[in-house]
Amino acid sequence: MTEKNKKTSEERAKAAVDKKAVYGADIDLASYKDEVAEHEQVKNLTDFSAPQQTTMKAIGLDLAGQGRAGTYVQTDHSVTSCSVSSSGVEVMGIDAALACHDWLKDYMWTAVNPDADKYTARVVLHYEHGYFIRALPGAKVDYPVQACLYIGENDVVQDVHNVIIVEEGAELHVITGCAVDPNVKRGVHIGVSEFFVKKGGKLTFSMIHNWGEEVVVRPRTGVIVEEGGLYMSNYICLKKVHDIQMYPATRLVGEGAVARMNTILVAPPGAKLDVGGKVLLEAPGTKAEIIARTLSTGGTIVNRGLLGGYKAGVKGHLECHGLILGEQGVIYAIPELDAQVGDAELSHEAAVGKIAPEEIEYLMGRGLTEEEAAATIVRGFLNIKIEGLPESLSNEIERTLGEFDIHASY
Amino acid sequence: MLKMEHVAVNIGDRIVLRDVNLHIKPGEVHVLFGPNGSGKSTLLGAIMGFNRYKITAGKIWFKGQDITDMPVDARSRLGIGIMIQRPPTVRGVSLRQLAAICARGDISVNIEELAKAVNMDAFLDRSANEGFSGGEIKRSELLQLMAQNPDFVMLDEPESGVDLENIALVGEAANRILERKNLSTAQQRRERIKAGLIITHTGHILDYVPADIGHVLYGGTISCNGNPQEMLDCISKYGYQHCIRCSTEGGGSQ
Repeated sequence: MTEKNKKTSEERAKAAVDKKAVYGADIDLASYKDEVAEHEQVKNLTDFSAPQQTTMKAIGLDLAGQGRAGTYVQTDHSVTSCSVSSSGVEVMGIDAALACHDWLKDYMWTAVNPDADKYTARVVLHYEHGYFIRALPGAKVDYPVQACLYIGENDVVQDVHNVIIVEEGAELHVITGCAVDPNVKRGVHIGVSEFFVKKGGKLTFSMIHNWGEEVVVRPRTGVIVEEGGLYMSNYICLKKVHDIQMYPATRLVGEGAVARMNTILVAPPGAKLDVGGKVLLEAPGTKAEIIARTLSTGGTIVNRGLLGGYKAGVKGHLECHGLILGEQGVIYAIPELDAQVGDAELSHEAAVGKIAPEEIEYLMGRGLTEEEAAATIVRGFLNIKIEGLPESLSNEIERTLGEFDIHASY
Repeated sequence: MLKMEHVAVNIGDRIVLRDVNLHIKPGEVHVLFGPNGSGKSTLLGAIMGFNRYKITAGKIWFKGQDITDMPVDARSRLGIGIMIQRPPTVRGVSLRQLAAICARGDISVNIEELAKAVNMDAFLDRSANEGFSGGEIKRSELLQLMAQNPDFVMLDEPESGVDLENIALVGEAANRILERKNLSTAQQRRERIKAGLIITHTGHILDYVPADIGHVLYGGTISCNGNPQEMLDCISKYGYQHCIRCSTEGGGSQ
């Protein structure tokens, strides 16, 4: 981005500081603090406080960095850990990256609009770091890079700007976990993420949210995939969070590009999750699949999905299945298909309901108690095959699912 | 093994079965004939304890216990197994998992081997019943029953929807579950415990599974008891109404 363009994005942002988001509750950002003490960078992840270590483990971080190509940890507004252990990959804070790559500014704000709403505007005007992860051309990065965005203090607004670039022919898996310190009750996380998958590249991006009970989250994600590229997104949110609204957009701009998005959401009582995914098939022969499994144990879920077919020979499938346990839960599934050419093949499948009594009885006929049967069905329901998820994380998901109080909740 | 005394069953407010009496002894395999809608599946569902079927009168005894009000899972653990006609899809729960649930931790159960026996090994890691054909559903149910190894087995039309190629396979699996094979001597037959109740329309399954006693369910109750093969012949020649008449007039073998 040239100086002139930068100015423009700042100007656009300034004009949008009060612009409400299209979806989700409007957050009064003035009731949170912008200023927070800086945290020291640690040498090893095991130098973090014990509770922070426990939290980080629960979202899939390997504290020794074993089986990881690199690590980025940000606590509130400070980069507290940053390292690389594999060749072919760069992991830095975004400011460090801007300082060493002149060209990086040309990527910024090209996948997400700076004036989309007050949250993006805020990140333009005063972001505090964020990660930069890049797989070099042709590099098949052996292990996942892990990143963690952590809120350590009460009432903080954490604004970050993340960029991932997968250069031509490269392959990269990024696991990011977001969490709060056990002491933190209230906070806001605003994360702008711009991902670029170049020709023939492959990015798998797994994000685990483990926010606190009163935390508000507004991620703003844009992904651009070039010819023959593959973008796989896994988003998992199983723990109580107050309010999340996100609707990441993936543009498939090169011929034959593919996007796959898996989402698993659990909304306990009091949670408001407005989460979706859209994929815009802008080049011939592009393909997309969006699969969501949502479970409300009393909270509210709005599950959006959009497939836009704009060129010949595109294919897409959208699936939102929701399960409500108990009497309080709300699931609102909104799948949308937008075909603007005759040769687009788009489909969707949506179903929301309770556990079918026939399924319970079927399993009881095989010897499971009513509770065991319900738990088995719920676990099966949320079990979508997630490629490349580290075992610790799969176990954590399994454990969380095991914690549900299934009894009398269907 | 199983005894039903004056059992009446409702679905909602509708009376489907009335005054059903049935006694199945250890080692016996009974066959249930009857026209469409006569309540055959209802009878099996009521024995299993499915919620849809309300027992409004009478008692069901299994292995000497009154199971009339027992939950489904307790009946299952007591040794009752069922193959239903249209099992639900349990999304995300694989056939392998389901077979393991049936085996209840019995390490002598080799799921791979059982799956091969019913030609379902390629389906083990698929969601149970999702997109299965009619024949695949039968073989999946049989695999689960083999893993469960119940003492009393109910099969609801095991041959329907199964192509000719697989019908022998289904018959063999049913025999295996009922331990009807490798029991040649009279003594071994006497010592046989496994009992069964099979619903059949066509009777094809009887070519593979030797049955001891047949019943016709007609007009909401068991109208006759007799030699299954003779009854089948009679039904296919003259129809159900005639068959009931002949047996009630003293025609059957018992």
